[in-house]
Amino acid sequence: MNPASPFLETEDAPRVDVSFDGASLSLPDGANLAAALLAVGVEVFRHTPVSGAPRAPFCMMGACFDCLVEVDGVTRQACMMEVSEGLVLTRPQAGEAWE
Amino acid sequence: MTQRDLAIIGAGPAGMAAAAQAAAFGLSVTLLDEQPRPGGQIYRDVDRAAGLRGEVLGADYAHGTTLTSALRQSGVEHISGAVVWAIEDGFRLSYTRAGRAAQLTAGRILLATGALERPMPLPGWTLPGVMTAGAGQILLKQSGVLARRAVLVGSGPLLYLIAAQMVRAGTPPAAMVETQSLSDMTRAARHLTGALRGWRYMIKGLKMLAEIRRAGVPRYTGATGIAIEGADRAEAVRFTSRGRAQRLACDTVFLHHGVVPNTQAARSLDVAHIWNSAQACFVPQLDAWGESSVQDVYIAGDGGGIGGAKAAEVAGRLAALQIAQQSGQLPASNRDAQAAPLRRALAHELAARPFLDAAYPPCAEALAPADSTVICRCEEVTAGDIRGYAKLGCTGPNQTKAFGRAGMGPCQGRYCGLTVTALLSAAHGQPPDTTGHYRIRPPLKPVTLGELAAMEDAGQDAAE
Ligand SMILES: Cc1cc2nc3c(=O)[nH]c(=O)nc-3n(C[C@H](O)[C@@H](O)[C@H](O)COP(=O)(O)OP(=O)(O)OC[C@H]3O[C@@H](n4cnc5c(N)ncnc54)[C@H](O)[C@@H]3O)c2cc1C
Ligand code: FES
Repeated sequence: MNPASPFLETEDAPRVDVSFDGASLSLPDGANLAAALLAVGVEVFRHTPVSGAPRAPFCMMGACFDCLVEVDGVTRQACMMEVSEGLVLTRPQAGEAWE
Repeated sequence: MTQRDLAIIGAGPAGMAAAAQAAAFGLSVTLLDEQPRPGGQIYRDVDRAAGLRGEVLGADYAHGTTLTSALRQSGVEHISGAVVWAIEDGFRLSYTRAGRAAQLTAGRILLATGALERPMPLPGWTLPGVMTAGAGQILLKQSGVLARRAVLVGSGPLLYLIAAQMVRAGTPPAAMVETQSLSDMTRAARHLTGALRGWRYMIKGLKMLAEIRRAGVPRYTGATGIAIEGADRAEAVRFTSRGRAQRLACDTVFLHHGVVPNTQAARSLDVAHIWNSAQACFVPQLDAWGESSVQDVYIAGDGGGIGGAKAAEVAGRLAALQIAQQSGQLPASNRDAQAAPLRRALAHELAARPFLDAAYPPCAEALAPADSTVICRCEEVTAGDIRGYAKLGCTGPNQTKAFGRAGMGPCQGRYCGLTVTALLSAAHGQPPDTTGHYRIRPPLKPVTLGELAAMEDAGQDAAE
C-alpha cells in the first residue's frame, strides 16, 4: 500500500518486480497493469504527441488509449495488460505515441 | 482457417447468453473478447470478484456467474484476450491475441460489443486523475482498487450505483456533483406510470440514494459551469449549484453522463445507423431479432441501443433463436414459442428506460462544450476548432479529419465522434442524421507490424 497514492489497494497478492521508466516497482502478480500502476502512485503514464500534456488511464476498458506504455519497444494499453515478473515499461515520449 | 457457423464479438451478458443459446441448438460458435475473462463491462471478472467483493458489488453483479458457468458448459470456443480489428465480407475476422494476429471465418456474426461511456468534455477532463465513472467501477470490480478522495460528476443511475458501491467498500465519494435539474425530474414524471412497471429498478434507485445519504455524501444538484482544475493532475472541481459558486478539492474525478452504444465494429461493416433523440446517440437499425441492415450481421445488447445488462442478456437469446432458425436448426414455430416469454421479459426490462432517459439527460454543457475545451483527446482538437472548420465549409465528421485530425488518433473517434456530430449539427442547423458520423475503417484498433508478421508465420506453418 502506498500512502501517497490517491488510490487504496484492498487485495493482497504476491508481488513481483517490474520497472517503469527506470524506477523499480513491486506490483501484484497478475493484476491489471494500469490499476496496479495507479495504486502504487504512478500519476502520469504518457505525454501527448501534440502538446506534451500529461495523461493517465481514463476509461479502463481499452477505448481511450490514454494509458499507453511501451513494453519492449511496443506501445500497448496498460489497462488491457496483466502484471508479470520483470516487465520493463517505459513512458512513450511525446511525439512517439501510437500511429 | 477455422470455419464456424457463428462468430460472436463480446463476452458481456449479450454475447455470453447468445453463445450458449446458439450452441444449444447445435451451431458451432466462437466467442471472441479482448478481456482476459468473460463478463463484459457489467460482470467484469465476475467469477473471481463475486467471491471477493460480492457484498460491495451487489446481487445484480453476482448474477453474472450464471452466465459465465452456462458459457463454460456450452462447448462454445471462447477466445479471450482477442482484439478483433477487422471484419471482412464473407465473414472473415482478424484479431490479435498474445502478440499474434489470427483469422477465422464464420457464416454469421453477432456483434455484442456493448457500450462506451458518453464523452463528457469539460474544461480539465484530460488531466490525470480524471476518469470515467465506469473506469472507477472497473478498478473496484477487477482490482479492488478504490479512490480515496473522489468527486463524482454527472448524472444517472450508474453514477448512483458507483457511489453506493464506494460507500459499501468503505471509501465514500467526497461529494457528488449532479447536473440534472428539477425541471428534468418534472419532465420525467410523465413517464412514471411506465416506469412503475419496472418498479424493481425504481426501488433499487431509491435504496442507493438512501445509502448515499446515510453515508453523509454531500450532493450538489443542477450543477453548471463545471471545470476541473489542476496543473499536471486533477486538484479540484469548480461549479455553480443553486446560485452558489463551489470549489471541491479532490484527487480523483469520476465523470459520467450515461452510456452510448459502441458502434465501431458495426460501422466498419456499413450497418445503417439512426439517431435516437431520447438517448441522444446513434443506434444501429435492427429488426425485432437484432438483424441489421447487412445480411447475416446481428447486434445484441447495449451495442444495439442502451437497455442495460438484463435486456442485453435477453436480446442475445432472441438473436440466437433467429440465427438458429436461419441456420435450419430450429423450426420457425418453435422459435416463436421460445421467443414469446423473452419478448415479455424484454418489455419489462425496458419499462423504466423512458423515465431514466428523461430524468437524467446528458449534461448540456458537455454536449455543446465551450470553444476552448478539448473534445478529441487523442489529437487535442477543441470545440472551437470544430466550429471554425464548420465556418470554413466543413459539413461532415469525415471532413473534420482532413481539416484538423479530429478522430484520427488511436481511439478512432470513440470519444469525440458524438461531440463532433453535435457541434457540426448545431453549426449548420441540421439534424444529426444528416450530419452523420465518422466512417470507421479497419483496423478497429491499432495492430502492429510485428503482430501481422507473426500471423504470416502461422499461415506458413499451417500450409507446410
Ligand atoms: C465501463 C462501464 C461500466 C458499466 N457498469 C454497469 C453496471 O455496473 N451496471 C449496469 O447495469 N450497467 C453497467 N454498464 C452498462 C453496460 O453497458 C451493461 O448494460 C452491459 O454490460 C451491457 O452488456 P453487453 O453484453 O451489451 O456489453 P458489454 O458487457 O459491454 O460487453 C461487451 C464486450 O465486448 C468486448 N469488445 C468490444 N469490442 C471488441 C473488439 N473489437 N474485440 C474484442 N472484444 C470487444 C468488450 O471488451 C466487452 O467485454 C456499464 C457500462 C460501461 C461502459
Ligand atoms: S485507460 Fe482507456 S485505453 Fe486504457
